[in-house]
Amino acid sequence: MGITRRSILGGLALGGTGLALAPRPSWAQSSKKLRIGVLNDQSGPYRDVSGLNSVVCVKQAIADFGASAKGLEVEVLSADHQNKPDVGAAIARQWFDRDGVDMIIDVPTSSVALAVANVCREKNRVYINVGAGTAELTGSQCAPTTIHWAYDTWMLAHSTGGATVKTGGNKWFFIPADYVFGHDLERQTSQFVTEAGGKVLGHATYAFPGTTDFSSFLVQAQASGANVLGLANAGADTQNCIKQAHEFGLTQQARIAALLMFITDVHALGLETAQGLVLTESFYWDLNDKTRAFTARIKDKTPNNYPNMVQAGCYAGTLHYLKAVSALGVDRAKASGAEVVARMKATPTEDDCFGTCKIREDGRVLVPAYLFEVKKPSESKGPWDYYKLLVTTPGDQAFRPLAEGHCPLVKS
Amino acid sequence: MHTIFGIPAPLLFGQLLLGLINGGFYALLSLGLAVIFGMLNIINFAHGALFMTGAFAAWGLLNYLGLPYWYALILSPLLIGLFGLVLERLFIRRLYGLDHLYGLLLTFGLALIIEGLFRNAFGSSGMPYQIPRSLSGAVNLGFMFLPLYRGWVVVVALVVSLATWAVIEKTRLGATLRAATENAALVQAFGINVPRLVALTYAGGVALAAFAGVLAAPIYSVNPNMGSNLIITVFAVVVIGGMGSILGSIVSGFGLGVIEGLTKVFYPQASDTVIFVVMAIVLLARPAGLFGKTA
Repeated sequence: MGITRRSILGGLALGGTGLALAPRPSWAQSSKKLRIGVLNDQSGPYRDVSGLNSVVCVKQAIADFGASAKGLEVEVLSADHQNKPDVGAAIARQWFDRDGVDMIIDVPTSSVALAVANVCREKNRVYINVGAGTAELTGSQCAPTTIHWAYDTWMLAHSTGGATVKTGGNKWFFIPADYVFGHDLERQTSQFVTEAGGKVLGHATYAFPGTTDFSSFLVQAQASGANVLGLANAGADTQNCIKQAHEFGLTQQARIAALLMFITDVHALGLETAQGLVLTESFYWDLNDKTRAFTARIKDKTPNNYPNMVQAGCYAGTLHYLKAVSALGVDRAKASGAEVVARMKATPTEDDCFGTCKIREDGRVLVPAYLFEVKKPSESKGPWDYYKLLVTTPGDQAFRPLAEGHCPLVKS
Repeated sequence: MHTIFGIPAPLLFGQLLLGLINGGFYALLSLGLAVIFGMLNIINFAHGALFMTGAFAAWGLLNYLGLPYWYALILSPLLIGLFGLVLERLFIRRLYGLDHLYGLLLTFGLALIIEGLFRNAFGSSGMPYQIPRSLSGAVNLGFMFLPLYRGWVVVVALVVSLATWAVIEKTRLGATLRAATENAALVQAFGINVPRLVALTYAGGVALAAFAGVLAAPIYSVNPNMGSNLIITVFAVVVIGGMGSILGSIVSGFGLGVIEGLTKVFYPQASDTVIFVVMAIVLLARPAGLFGKTA
């Protein structure tokens, strides 16, 4: 018999989806039990950024809240959305329709995040997005069921992009990933650059996922005469870009603005290569006594990595959700996701990772943004001692002003 | 500035050279696949995973044993080749008489298992691996900045590819090997241990993948997914060159690297599809591939 490429690829695609949708044991639908679904990348490029460590953080929040002592029974489910919007939306539907899930958290990859947001709105269930970047979640596509935690593209563009322009980086060349996150991040950063009197000299949008060699784009950036290389991508792509930019001597001519970078990326690059990079996160394990205490509590359960802002956001989001549920009562909380979210917005958040923050009516959590510089190898005193704090932007200034987001929930 | 099709000439030359360098990786990987398919009739889907294992071996040798790049370049292919030998003995040899599909399923399963194990042990964000000191730095060619390491990759890839071709097509060993695939029983009758020969061939193909992995380690992030990103492209290269044709995979590896490089200048978003477009066209015109023999 003949095998064709199509049959191979078709088989792969079916196999992948099949795995994700493999039947779960059906749960006894006890009405008092809360179910939290952690939906993220557990096998692909964003696995270390979210993945199993997010699940650990959600479970830690349940333990720290003292759910069982308060008479709340909470179950955690998790699944791999493989960075595909259709897979993510299908899992969300199945969770709501069959498994009785009450809240979905994490969901990195902006395209998947927007798809899942629609399902949650339709089914009136709580959606706490932490892992995705797109500011549309609290902009034109905001929903009464959505809360967006740790960061967004506007905040990254404003913090990292703004700081770079202020210190003389005024000629930019962008390398964006070709999906909603990359486009958003590029557009918003370009806006800050031009408003501050800088210029955007060009861009090279690359196919995502699957690109590992960025040398062509780096050579184009070099030829453009730019003095800033703006990386509008994440994870392994950002790492490859930085590694190869060093190789091609681009760092002698231009600075690198890694617009989204996590501590795990710094760890993967090594301080030798990453030193001097400027980046923005809203959480760092070594920020203060509370963040250190939080990290000490979960470190043994996440052996390979320290938590980043996404995983910390999963912790803080779950904690705040549980507080709202216990104030409302489980029955009311299970009946309406929008009511829980309204309650969450009405109460300030309080946790070890981000401190006390407000949640705006469009669903944006106003966490402070920290601009960090990556330490030199000689400055680092121990494992994961990577960041120096440069600037703190308070939460009410770190995000896009409410009026500019055009969120239909906001009444002007 | 002089321009060609509206693109500054230096930029175009730069892209041609970069395409050639990427082509070097394609050639090395598709060569291993072609050797294994040509001699064993096995479609080795585990090739990408073994490429990744090679890169991880280089990282492990450096981190656990302190052995630098140059040792890894020799030791990693040996280690992974040995692992390939074990795979062949335990699993793959049971499939020689069966339909291709069984080999494909087995090796695909092996790839998933190997990648899953590495992901569990090391995570997905990758491991740092630096370019060796003696090859760091770059030369200015006038039209572009060529990192010494990339230059080294293209030269080594070319030498290893041609050497492999020469061994299989021009030596007595290669002749025996080719004869063994044509008619194993007859070659066995001449007193040659065919099963051992075949096992060593598989190990050789695997060692080539590991070798490419070591070459790639300082350029790409060493992570468990690095092979699965490449493997589909490399399969397309093999199909274009003609399944099992050694020379075909070398020529189409370098050629497609260049085509892909040029696409990155004119329309970057299409750079990951262009190879498949070429594949479709080639298959329409020559179903057996550019260098393949029609059965």
